Amino acid sequence: MRGLADIYATLFRTDLALQLQYRAEMVIWLINRIVEALVFLSVWSAVARSQGGQVGGFSSADFAAYYITMMMMGHLTFTWFMFEFEYRVRSGAFSPLLLQPLHPIHRDIAINIAYKFLTLTVMLPTMGLMVWIFDPAFDPPAWAVWASIPVVLLAFLMRLFVEWALALVALWTTRTAAANQIYFAALLFFSGQMAPLSLLPGWLQTLAAMLPFRWMLAFPTELLLGRLTPADVLWGVAAQVTWLFLSWGLLALVWSRGLRRYSAVGS
Amino acid sequence: MVQHTPAIDVRELSKTYAVPVREAGLSAALRSLVRRRTRLVEAVREISFSVSPGEIVGFLGPNGAGKTTTLKMLSGLLYPSGGRGLVLGFEPFKRQRDFLRRITLVMGNRNQLIWDIPVLDSFERNRAIYRLERGAYRQTVEELTELLDLDGLLDKPVRNLSLGERMKCEVAAALLHKPQVLFLDEPTIGLDVTMQRRIRAFLAEYNRRYGATVLLTSHYMADVEALCRRWSSTAECCSSTASSPGWCGASRPTRPSWSSWETGTKTWANMARWCPAARGGWRCGCPRRRPPR
Repeated sequence: MRGLADIYATLFRTDLALQLQYRAEMVIWLINRIVEALVFLSVWSAVARSQGGQVGGFSSADFAAYYITMMMMGHLTFTWFMFEFEYRVRSGAFSPLLLQPLHPIHRDIAINIAYKFLTLTVMLPTMGLMVWIFDPAFDPPAWAVWASIPVVLLAFLMRLFVEWALALVALWTTRTAAANQIYFAALLFFSGQMAPLSLLPGWLQTLAAMLPFRWMLAFPTELLLGRLTPADVLWGVAAQVTWLFLSWGLLALVWSRGLRRYSAVGS
Repeated sequence: MVQHTPAIDVRELSKTYAVPVREAGLSAALRSLVRRRTRLVEAVREISFSVSPGEIVGFLGPNGAGKTTTLKMLSGLLYPSGGRGLVLGFEPFKRQRDFLRRITLVMGNRNQLIWDIPVLDSFERNRAIYRLERGAYRQTVEELTELLDLDGLLDKPVRNLSLGERMKCEVAAALLHKPQVLFLDEPTIGLDVTMQRRIRAFLAEYNRRYGATVLLTSHYMADVEALCRRWSSTAECCSSTASSPGWCGASRPTRPSWSSWETGTKTWANMARWCPAARGGWRCGCPRRRPPR
């Protein structure tokens, strides 16, 4: 365990140095995330105003709180491995990772954390600025704030396992962009990014509860906004843990099957 | 003292790839939508050989002969289609940590170092990943710096190094954990003559110092001549057109006959072997294989 802590500390240090080399790219990704939140926030606020101030129980200030919180949740839980694996496999960059006595997922976790650590220095002031401009209705109870810590961690791990397992599809087909697109479209819709899930028709809400996406983003967001009861939270955590085990099992299966197919091309 | 347990023991190891087949043109592309055809390509067919601890063994052969594929199977990157290979008693494909800590694979055309950070930062990552004790790690870095003349290179970002400098750093990074078995895939490819000599001298010295087993592929006879003080071309031994294998074991190095590659099938032809322990009683390194089908 101490060895693994040393590995993470070392990878984190060098990954910070590495990320600092890509400042422009980092800023562009951040702008992308912020603009996305601003677009949804503006559209739904305009809809609320046109409907006499509220849509499905959300006022303009509620939408502001929802999308600012959603932006942070998206930032804390996102991974980019699905975009990277195709390159890794096609170029042969995956091979050196397989030769070292460390599962490559650890490297990806370390660089993901390093990226978020660095970008939070920009993200937090941006959030502050958005709060100042949009005056969101944000007043969660203290227990919800504390409960959101493990919930966000579980959401991150869920996305990590699911997206890493799906990224491994690159071991079967080296053209994964189309498959990735399906996943991200479903994520956009069922995770509450496009619209708060409570605004969807009942049957879609039921479907969303059965899929993993809700538990990745909408659940921690609603929790931090104080829109959930303790019973809702317990139910949600149970769903997260269930998906975590399922995705871990999927990852283990895809990993062992995929490596047998790996042809180590380009290296 | 001669050790009898081979460091590398390969028995009828094979690798077959299913490769999509499609003729040129739009109609062929449309047909492939309905009926996808593949053909099986035997990259390696039932090769058998063994390497004793401390030996340097070189594989020579043209592109596509299966040299790299074999190295990838023995280092655990590829899953074999048949047969079995044992390295230090481990089955490579299981990729156990103890196995991975005791081997290394250096690919001449592939970077392990991280492009945008100083070399020493990449070394530091390897230190942590291989769980090396800091004192021993520092000593190894000093030794490798001396042997490979890395002074002034370690604090430069990898992207600012020349090809030769980068290759030296790649080799050093791959050896920080002092592996017992080195798989080297064309380690001198693209390097100038001086740098090639430097790498060869280093590998010979590393083998002498640490008694490491080395399996080396190369297109360059010079690599094998320099590293394998006793070596053999076993092309005729293994070729389907073998006529006289009697020269195997000649005391003078014999240059391999490249023509045998053209007449033989795609498999191992030349195997050079240096066995310091054998002291004159060296063995012909002919890999056993079945006749071509």
